[in-house]
Amino acid sequence: MSDTQVATSEAEPGSTPPSRKGAVGRLMRATEVDPRLLGMIVALIVIWVVFNIFSDGKFLTSRNLWNLSVQTAVVGIMATGMVLVIVTRNIDLSVGSMLGMIAMAIAILQKNILPDWLGFDHWAIWIIAVVAALVIGAIVGAFQGAIVAYAGVPSFIVTLGGLLIWRGVTWSMSSGQTIAPVDATFQLLGGGARGSIGSNWSWVVGIVGCLAVIALLWNTRRQRRRFDFPLRPMWAEILVGAVGCGAILGSVYVLNHYFKPPTLANGRTDVPFGIAVPVLITLGVLLVMTFIANRTRFGRYVYAIGGNPEAAELGGINTRWMIVRTFMVMGILVAIAAIVQVARLNAATSGLGTLAELYVIAAAVIGGTSFTGGVGTIPGAVLGALVMQSLQSGMVLMGIEAAYQDIIIGVVLVAAVGLDTYYRKRVAR
Amino acid sequence: MTTTHDPANGSPLVEMRNMRVAFGGVHAVDGVTVDLFPGEVVALVGGNGAGKTTLIKTLSGAHPADSGEILIDGRPVRIETPRDARALGVETIYQTLALAENIDSPGNMFLGRELTTSWGTLDDSAMEDATRKVMGRLNPRFKNFKVPVSSLSGGQRQSVAIAKAVHFNARILIMDEPTAALGPAETAQVGELVKQLKSEGIGIFLISHDIHDVFDLADRISVMLQGKLVGTVNKHEVTMDEVLAMIIIGKMPGEVSETELEELHG
Repeated sequence: MSDTQVATSEAEPGSTPPSRKGAVGRLMRATEVDPRLLGMIVALIVIWVVFNIFSDGKFLTSRNLWNLSVQTAVVGIMATGMVLVIVTRNIDLSVGSMLGMIAMAIAILQKNILPDWLGFDHWAIWIIAVVAALVIGAIVGAFQGAIVAYAGVPSFIVTLGGLLIWRGVTWSMSSGQTIAPVDATFQLLGGGARGSIGSNWSWVVGIVGCLAVIALLWNTRRQRRRFDFPLRPMWAEILVGAVGCGAILGSVYVLNHYFKPPTLANGRTDVPFGIAVPVLITLGVLLVMTFIANRTRFGRYVYAIGGNPEAAELGGINTRWMIVRTFMVMGILVAIAAIVQVARLNAATSGLGTLAELYVIAAAVIGGTSFTGGVGTIPGAVLGALVMQSLQSGMVLMGIEAAYQDIIIGVVLVAAVGLDTYYRKRVAR
Repeated sequence: MTTTHDPANGSPLVEMRNMRVAFGGVHAVDGVTVDLFPGEVVALVGGNGAGKTTLIKTLSGAHPADSGEILIDGRPVRIETPRDARALGVETIYQTLALAENIDSPGNMFLGRELTTSWGTLDDSAMEDATRKVMGRLNPRFKNFKVPVSSLSGGQRQSVAIAKAVHFNARILIMDEPTAALGPAETAQVGELVKQLKSEGIGIFLISHDIHDVFDLADRISVMLQGKLVGTVNKHEVTMDEVLAMIIIGKMPGEVSETELEELHG
């Protein structure tokens, strides 16, 4: 195959880190898989298998994995934005409080305000609530970002202030009360019995996903051919495509084998939930954010600012405006997470989102985002969120006390970053 | 692009007149006037803190001047941002190289000027292709187009910074200590490149600490001391000692006495 020859002749000295050798190294090189992402996937699989053994097979069930997918949504959505914030050498400590505030605002909107104007159960209520959430998130995020970028107050301080302020606003909005219930259509956004798309649509999503993977591979190959760049060997293309499609269809298969209880399915026991709406939202966020990070100027500038702020400035990039936009994106993602959270709980409490900032930051960091700036990936952060949620859910299944759960998650967080730092140093030298 | 090679006749490419920059009460650049002709290398020399880099930042758009006038092709121009400078054909290779360490070489070469597809998304393939073409000219052994520049050697990083200036057809090139971080072979390579760019009619401001580099590459030498211009001399009309005297005691050739020259060596 001529493709193979081109690839090997070009992949000569220094074009890849020399630390990978042998069959695994050749496979990694040919498939051009990111070794750190692969490492995380392997770690996740190990965690799953270990929990499955220690929980007598309760972990790797459709039921548990379905719940896991829904539980990961809120932190996963916000972690994608936190990556960009941390990549620019900033931090956002306010996301938990902001989530609480937006959640409270849209719950009050749906329960106390809109029904008076439009009437109870009006079709537009959920749309207005969603738009309101996104607008509040964008404004609050941009506001905090503007203080960081233009007033020069460190983001740690600005968002620490935000953490206190927005939580206070949340409390004062409801006088500490829980607001429930919310609009019936809105509830679908949180998953649950009705908020899943069922078996057939899940398969449709899976097949569209597969086609997208193939289209992406094909397009990359076409681009490389256009400029006579080295191509991936054909077998590697097929392998990557097959593994990608297999993972997508496998996930759909698993999610389609968690069945609704008979009370929700007209007495039948063979009606599957399928993919939950919040999981679809998370996947959508993952795709859009990955696109923004890798394929747009804004994304490129975010990484450039993190890598060398001075170089970005000298390159003519409006670095301050980029910082504002980064925080604005973070705010919008907090709003999406708040929507999912309120819809899932069918309520907003004044404590909603407490400590969420720590889980979000931890997910981004476990996913390979570095506090030195310039380094971090969106899929890594979502995987990080999945790892954290897997640990929590696994320990619950094993019956480990809450106190010990926190200890273990803390240890894992530090160990993961320690390992990553060690790996990075070894590759660098 | 202009092809005038004789600095004596054509009109200047760049004139910087009476430039002033102050930081707080300190006059980093105090009424300096320099010019540059097409196909000419003007070296800016002086001790640490003499104001060379600050002066040149007013031309590259990295720092605004408090007063003074910049003329390009005889026309007054306003340069307030790096973008303004680049629009006028001024490219700068900074001492620090100004590379984003975490981004690959095509990404750095096009930083702030990315090529995009008709969809408005980044056209990484086109950028890589352009980078390969420029590198083929500058440094044919350069192969690492997909790795972050942090994993490149000093010379390779330098090539990326230079490739940027070459690709965007600089008419005026500013090189701030281009060889400070390089070994002898790489320094020679930069020297060759300067000569090549010069023959293409590009005007080059060269900032350097290395008096040998300066004598090797420059046509004229402008010396600064404590923010002021000591003077500009033709390389062929002065000795290294006389230039050193300008740098250290701020006296023009002829003004300086034998004993002062002796002391320089003492």
